[in-house]
Amino acid sequence: MTARLAIAYGAGAAFVAVSPLFLDAYWVDVLNNVGLYVLLALSLNVILGDAGMFNMGQAAFYAVGAYTSAILATRLGVPILWTLPASAIVAALFAALVARPVIHLRGDYLLIVTIGLGEIVRILLVNDPWGLTGGANGIFGIARPELFGLRIRRPHEFLYLIWGFVAVTVFLFHRLERSRFGRALAYLREDPVAAEGSGVNTARYRLLAFALGAAWAGMAGTLYAAKMTIISPESFSFWESVLVFLMVILGGSGSIPGVIVGAALVVVLPEVFRGFASARMLVFGFLMMVMMVVRPQGLLPIRAPRFRAPGPAKPAGEGGP
Amino acid sequence: MSALLELRGVSKRFGGLAAVSDVSFDVAEGSIVGLIGPNGAGKTTTFNLITGNHRADEGTIAFAGKRIGGLRTHRIVSLGIARTFQNIRLFQQLTALENVLAGRHCRTRAGLLGALFRPPGAAREEEAAVERAAEELAFLGLRGREMELARNLSYGDQRRLEIARALATDPKLVVLDEPAGGMNERETDELVGVVGKIRDRGITVLLIEHDMSLVMRVCERIVVLEHGAKIAEGTPGEVRADPTVIEAYLGTEEA
Repeated sequence: MTARLAIAYGAGAAFVAVSPLFLDAYWVDVLNNVGLYVLLALSLNVILGDAGMFNMGQAAFYAVGAYTSAILATRLGVPILWTLPASAIVAALFAALVARPVIHLRGDYLLIVTIGLGEIVRILLVNDPWGLTGGANGIFGIARPELFGLRIRRPHEFLYLIWGFVAVTVFLFHRLERSRFGRALAYLREDPVAAEGSGVNTARYRLLAFALGAAWAGMAGTLYAAKMTIISPESFSFWESVLVFLMVILGGSGSIPGVIVGAALVVVLPEVFRGFASARMLVFGFLMMVMMVVRPQGLLPIRAPRFRAPGPAKPAGEGGP
Repeated sequence: MSALLELRGVSKRFGGLAAVSDVSFDVAEGSIVGLIGPNGAGKTTTFNLITGNHRADEGTIAFAGKRIGGLRTHRIVSLGIARTFQNIRLFQQLTALENVLAGRHCRTRAGLLGALFRPPGAAREEEAAVERAAEELAFLGLRGREMELARNLSYGDQRRLEIARALATDPKLVVLDEPAGGMNERETDELVGVVGKIRDRGITVLLIEHDMSLVMRVCERIVVLEHGAKIAEGTPGEVRADPTVIEAYLGTEEA
């Protein structure tokens, strides 16, 4: 991590940490939504940005995580934050299962299939399988989370929970992209044939990327369920998948800081344009179009190189945000 | 001399086209073998069959005594066959070093948990992989270019980078698909040296090449394909004098 990036992360963290001092509850809640979408966008970035697989069904994994937590919390009384590993595992297994038959598809073909996947999950939830998901009404009465004996209920309390999770995620994902695993995904994105020909098991890494991205989306779902206390299928619509896709592409596919900025803009801009009332999505859409024409590589695209040659300049240990 | 690679009656059809039909030849361990033939003779298809990019319809391919037909490419790479591509396939947006590190992938182990939690073992493995990748770059004369993006390298350097990536997999056999394609005379001369140095490391070389002077200079044995079938095999001298080869390359001599 470069010094500039570390400073930017520090400044971002400081801003979020002190924001309750000058932001009202409404804007703190907007910031919470930014945090959740940053998590979702980072989870999709593993699949779309790192491994180069077009997935427009990320909301499906988000939903699987949220419902796993909600069911465990309301039926078995498991404290919601304890369900984080469960929702990660269930979402990852679900992704591995459904992705396996379609994962070899290229580009736009995979995109279409994942759109279908997202819709299947949403409709499944509406149909209330085994009476588990509560149909169109969803699941309500999810108990508030507790951390170290502290009950988390107000927006600024959630702020620290969500953004704490974001910080951990950013730290881990930066490590990931500078590892053998992360490189394998980059080879896959750049040229799958050359990757396989260099000895990378591309089928395995496609599946692992999907499972990892799904696991993180699942945990974002847990946090969402904890924050809302009510979840219903409409929270996991196709539109959510499109938004998250947009955040990754807009911010800079494959670039962690880029994706964070992308998520922040996509959530905050419509709030800023609230004064335009019904025209705000029009303004937002226009900005997106300008963006795609002027800067198609995203706001903060990936910066090579990530590795240093052995010799005098050894890679230094990196600090988290 | 034991055969490292054995092809026996290998055939491959694409629809109605017999791209390779009933081809058999051996590659002896430690040798440099050339596969030549006119355009469309089935040379690259033969390579793709050896490296697992295609699956043979008939026949067997054995490497170091083990049948490799039907194995996926990455498995064949880890058994010890590395390749380069006719139309350079580098990871264009990545650095030269990262490209060569791809070759180390199958010889290293760190997984997802190693990436996230970076135990000392994974860090050591990573360091060794980077060092080895830098050595391979130096071996191909690319020292000092480690941090350059692959797409910014000259054509000849890109070809060399592909060879470095292949060598980083610790191969027993490297399969070079037109390594001199698009190179100028000086670069081709250097390549002749490189192929010799690769063999001196104990690595067997099988190469496709159009540049006849290169093939005749470096190869100890040559296999000639035409229309997917083997028409001749032997030392450069034998092949050069073979009337069927002359006919395939120059056409029949009219009186």
